[in-house]
Parts: sequence; structure tokens; C-alpha cells
Amino acid sequence: MFTNFYYTLRELKVPVSITEWMILMEALEKRLINNINDFYYLARAILVKSETHFDQYDVAFQQYFNGIAPPIELTEELLSWLTDPKNRPQLSPEEIAAIQKMDLEELIREIKKRLQEQKERHDEGNYWIGTGGVSPFGYSGYNPQGFLIGGPGGMRSAVRMAEARYFRNYRSDVTLDVRQMKVALKQLRQLNRVGPEDELDLDRTIDATCKNAGELEFKWKRPRKNTVKLLLIMDAGGSMEPYADLCSQLFSAANSLSHFRAFKYYYFHNCPYDVLYPDIQQRNGEPIEHLLKVLEPDYKVIFVGDACMAYSELMDQYGDLYYHGYQKMAGIDRLKQFKSHFTHTVWLNPERSALRAYPTVQLIGKLFPMYDLTLDGLNLAVKKLTTRR
Amino acid sequence: MPQKKFDQFSGSSDYVISEALKNAVNVSIVLQRPLLVRGEPGTGKTLLAHSIATSLGKKLVTWNIKSTTKAAEGLYVYDTVQRLNDSRFGDKDVSNIKHYIKLGKLGQAFTAPEQVVLLIDEVDKADLEFPNDLLNELDEMSFFIPETNETIAAVHRPICIITSNNEKELPDAFLRRCIFHYIDFPDPELMEEIVKVHYPSIKSALLKDALDSFYTLRKIDDFRKKPSTSELIDWIQALMASGLDGKIKEGEIPFLGTLIKKETDVDYYVSHHVRKKPGTRGYNVYGN
Repeated sequence: MFTNFYYTLRELKVPVSITEWMILMEALEKRLINNINDFYYLARAILVKSETHFDQYDVAFQQYFNGIAPPIELTEELLSWLTDPKNRPQLSPEEIAAIQKMDLEELIREIKKRLQEQKERHDEGNYWIGTGGVSPFGYSGYNPQGFLIGGPGGMRSAVRMAEARYFRNYRSDVTLDVRQMKVALKQLRQLNRVGPEDELDLDRTIDATCKNAGELEFKWKRPRKNTVKLLLIMDAGGSMEPYADLCSQLFSAANSLSHFRAFKYYYFHNCPYDVLYPDIQQRNGEPIEHLLKVLEPDYKVIFVGDACMAYSELMDQYGDLYYHGYQKMAGIDRLKQFKSHFTHTVWLNPERSALRAYPTVQLIGKLFPMYDLTLDGLNLAVKKLTTRR
Repeated sequence: MPQKKFDQFSGSSDYVISEALKNAVNVSIVLQRPLLVRGEPGTGKTLLAHSIATSLGKKLVTWNIKSTTKAAEGLYVYDTVQRLNDSRFGDKDVSNIKHYIKLGKLGQAFTAPEQVVLLIDEVDKADLEFPNDLLNELDEMSFFIPETNETIAAVHRPICIITSNNEKELPDAFLRRCIFHYIDFPDPELMEEIVKVHYPSIKSALLKDALDSFYTLRKIDDFRKKPSTSELIDWIQALMASGLDGKIKEGEIPFLGTLIKKETDVDYYVSHHVRKKPGTRGYNVYGN
């Protein structure tokens, strides 16, 4: 019964197994399900084991039971129209003024209507959905209240991402989530015996007792604990804004894992210069010279940043855009200090390979092993951090 | 065998339950599979087991999981030290290992003379491999003690509730064997009902105001820890105890500390969302 529903679910990438399907069949056989409403909740409880798959389940359920088309989805095809960026960074004030503002609900109605009308790719116009235009919908365009469809925003003024239906936020195939990051970071451990001797060492106790002619003698040992200390240094600069969510996920993953012996974090802007900041607002900076004195070299260091900056910002002594002339040394020399002080340092880059040819990325990549800020990249980085040099 | 009644559990006087959760509980009871409950802290995951136990009149066995808990501890512990110690004095029968096998929570639930509710609380706190180590035991509801060559099998399969805070990804093999329910954060209507269960005499004006401010607070995304149901309940208790009856002004929340527990969150709230009077020090010129 309902076998096709099983395949619909599998098609939509809900990881349903035969075991679970058989449990559902058992529930049906025991007549636990009386109406479609029961079926919806029970099948979900039995088949779907994570709220991140609820969205796909909803879609499958609608497809199978109503036979109606799922809500308009921005298809792969549509997204691929929009992937190649056409930037129109400047518009004249008149043009901007000419763009009519609509409120959000109006926009949603309109986007559905236009999606249904539109049949082909369209760029730089002012009505159809496409790239570089001034229609309220699309990519890289400018409209003060427009929708951003797919891809990063050129002007960052879109009211809201229309990339997904409401539930897509919960899907785990889109980005890596905090749990997965924690699982990856959890690998970052070195178990050493530390602390008070409060674990009974059974083998040695028996040995000692035997030697003592049966008079009981206890032997204790220190428990094994993780001794890894983690230092997370994150770029909070403007070019990192699209990745703010990703970075804060990494942060909360590391922060809520109680399994490190010590965890410290700092922020910088573009490139670490004289100081690192304990807060994202970048106040009360702490001099790096001081930090390198107080932080032991066995801290594992993870830099997170796009490593994209002007050549001078990295290489010149006075390259810092914000504190002209007060800098003690160039960014690259600071980074070299980190490299020589700490034994294990990696760099995670949220910007995927496209920008890796950028000169500053290459230079920093020569200093530190650089990985993508993805689950795979994080796993590789953790492996690098735990290997002996 | 008489057909088991499906609608066994339908909430208790002090626990308001959604239709979906009720169904999930009943299915897990009938199919005799563990129910995995996940959701934000403070949405009543642990209380669910208590409520099931009271409403069905069964004993509750709670196994609180900590980061150091090992799966084997839930089954039994072989107290070698006690046995070694006893062997010195000869006043106890040390030849019978059975005296030194102490059953853990899981073992207690299996051997109970009647069906119990077994709560495995915060399963995600333990080591990553913990749930996998319990797979067979939860499936078969039995385990083997090599020391005594004995098999402990459940006399009555316990109703098993497992809660998780989402801190860790649980292994697939474990998930496959469970019934899953995600407790969503209650919407205002359900919340009203929940509060009324705790404080039947609450004035509706106060309740409405309190819920309004509460959901406004929850909309602020920048909190490290958003206030949850249990904090709301505490807060309302504080409000009622202080004799306040209605009119919580916007931006002026009494007993803020009961709702927001983290210092950084309080700082953030005060600096971003409390409108200071013009003319006082620190007046926010940006007006936000």
C-alpha cells in the first residue's frame, strides 16, 4: 500500500529506509490510521527523522495525495539563468527614483504571476525575472524593495531571499549546519591523562593487592581528557558579509562544544594587523604582540576569512585602511608571526575556488593550509590540525 | 489478546499536547518503539514523559545522560571493588557474582514487574557513539550479562521516551528504530492554553500583555538564547506575585532577568531595544 509514496519520498531525497517503511505498514495494519490527517502526522513521525527533511516530506505528500502541482518552485533552470553575474553597480538617482516601490506581499503575488507568464531567460530588462535589471525580481539588479533570487546580491538591498519556500531554511543539503560542524570539530581531540587521580586502575590494583598478599591496595589513575585548545580568528569585514551566517554557525558549533580545554575567539577586519578584537563591533582591540605572549603555542588556530583584499592591504606596512600610518608591520608579516608562534594553523575560506586565483589568497594560501568552509573542508582542516608536524 | 486501545494517552491536566505529538506518543506505545523527541530547550520534552507516566498510572524510570555516561552503565555495573573488599573479611558470599551485579536504569526498567515509562533524557549529551551502543538493547529490550551468564529480558516492554536537544547528530541506525517528533515552538494560542494550565486564575489582560512582550522578545534574532516556555512560566509567576495586573509598557519589561538569562543578551536588549527618555544620559540619537 502507498508504495509509490515511498518512491516519491526517495525521489525527493528523504532518507527513508525499508525498516521505517515496514514500521509504517505495521501501523497501518494495526489500524492506527483513520484519516489522511492521521496519516500525515504518523507517517511523518515514523519515516522522517529530522526536521530538516520536513519540507521535502511536505512536497512529497502533496504530490502523492493531492495530485496537484507543488507550489511554484524556483527551478534549477531558473537559478541557472541567474548564476552569471551582470553587475550594474551604479544607477542614476533618477533611475532609482523611478523604481516603484511595492510592499512585500504585493511582491510575492507578483513574482508568482510573472513566473507563470515567463517562459525564457531574460537579462537587463525592467519587467521579467532575470539578471542585472531593475525589475523587482532577479539577481544583481537594483530595486530598493526587490526580491533577490539565488546567488549573492549585488546591491544587497533585496528585502528578502526568495530562493526558497518557507521551509527550505531547514533543509540540510543547502548548507552545512551547526550539528554537522560540531561532529567535525569533535574530531579535534587529543586525549591525555590530566587532573586528579580519581579513576580506579583495576589492573594495577589487582597486581598490587596480589603482591600485598591479598591485603587490598587501591591504585588510581588520572582520567583521560581532551587537551586541545582552540583559537578561532574570524574576518568580520564587509566582504565577509554574505558568509556571516556560515561563520556564526561555525562559531556557535565551536562555542557550544564543551569538549575543548580552552576556546578563544577573535575578530579582525580584512587582515590581522596590530590588534585582534574580542567582539564583532571591533572595539577594545588586544595587541597581537600581547596575545602571542599569553597564548601558548599549542593552541590550534583556525582563521576564517575570504583572504581577498587589495595587494597593498596585505603587503604594505601602512596597508590598513582604517588606521593610516599607525601600523607597526604589514599584514603578511603579522601572519608570519602567527605561523612561527603556533604549531598548528589552518585557514578556512568561505569563498569557493572561483576566487582562489586572487593574488592575496595565493599568498596567504602559501603561508597556511587553506580549505573551503564546507563540511569536507572542515574535516580536512581538523585532520591537518591533529596531525603531528 | 484484546485489541490495544489506541487513544491511550491524551495529555494530562498539567500538560497541553498538540494533536501530532499525541498521535506520535500513541503510535510509539502501540508499536513498542522508542519515541525520540527533539526540540528547543524549554519546550517540555522531559515533562512529556512525566505526563505520560502520570496519566497512564505507570512508574517513571529516568535515566539522565551526562557527557561521561556510558551505555553499559544503563544496563548493569559489576562492582568489582566491593567484591574485592568483601573478600577480605569473609562475612559475605563473594563466590556469587550476582550480588555484585547492580542493574542500571535500563536494567531496572526491563525487570520491573509491570510496564514502566523509561525516560532517557538528553541522549545527545553523551559521546557520539552512545546511541549506537544501545541499538540492540532498545530493539530487543534485552541484554546479556557475561559475568553471570544471564540474559535480562524485558518482562513488559517499557514505554521508551528519548529526548534530544539537537546538540549532536544522532546516528542513522539509531534513528531508523525510533518514532520521531519535533516539538515546534508553541504558537500564541497554544501558549495561552499552556500558561492557563499552570495558572488557571491568571487575568486575561495580564496574560495577553505578557504573551505580546514575550513573542516580541522571541522575534529578536540576535539573542544567544531566546526565552523559552519554561522561562515564560517563571516570568508570569513573578508578574503575578508582584501584583502587577496588566499594562506592560513596550520596552519596559519587569523582571527581565527571569526571561533573558545571558548577560550579553540583556546588554544587547537594553542597548538596542529600550528607548531611553530624551535628555537622560545615553539617549540614543538614532532613535532605535
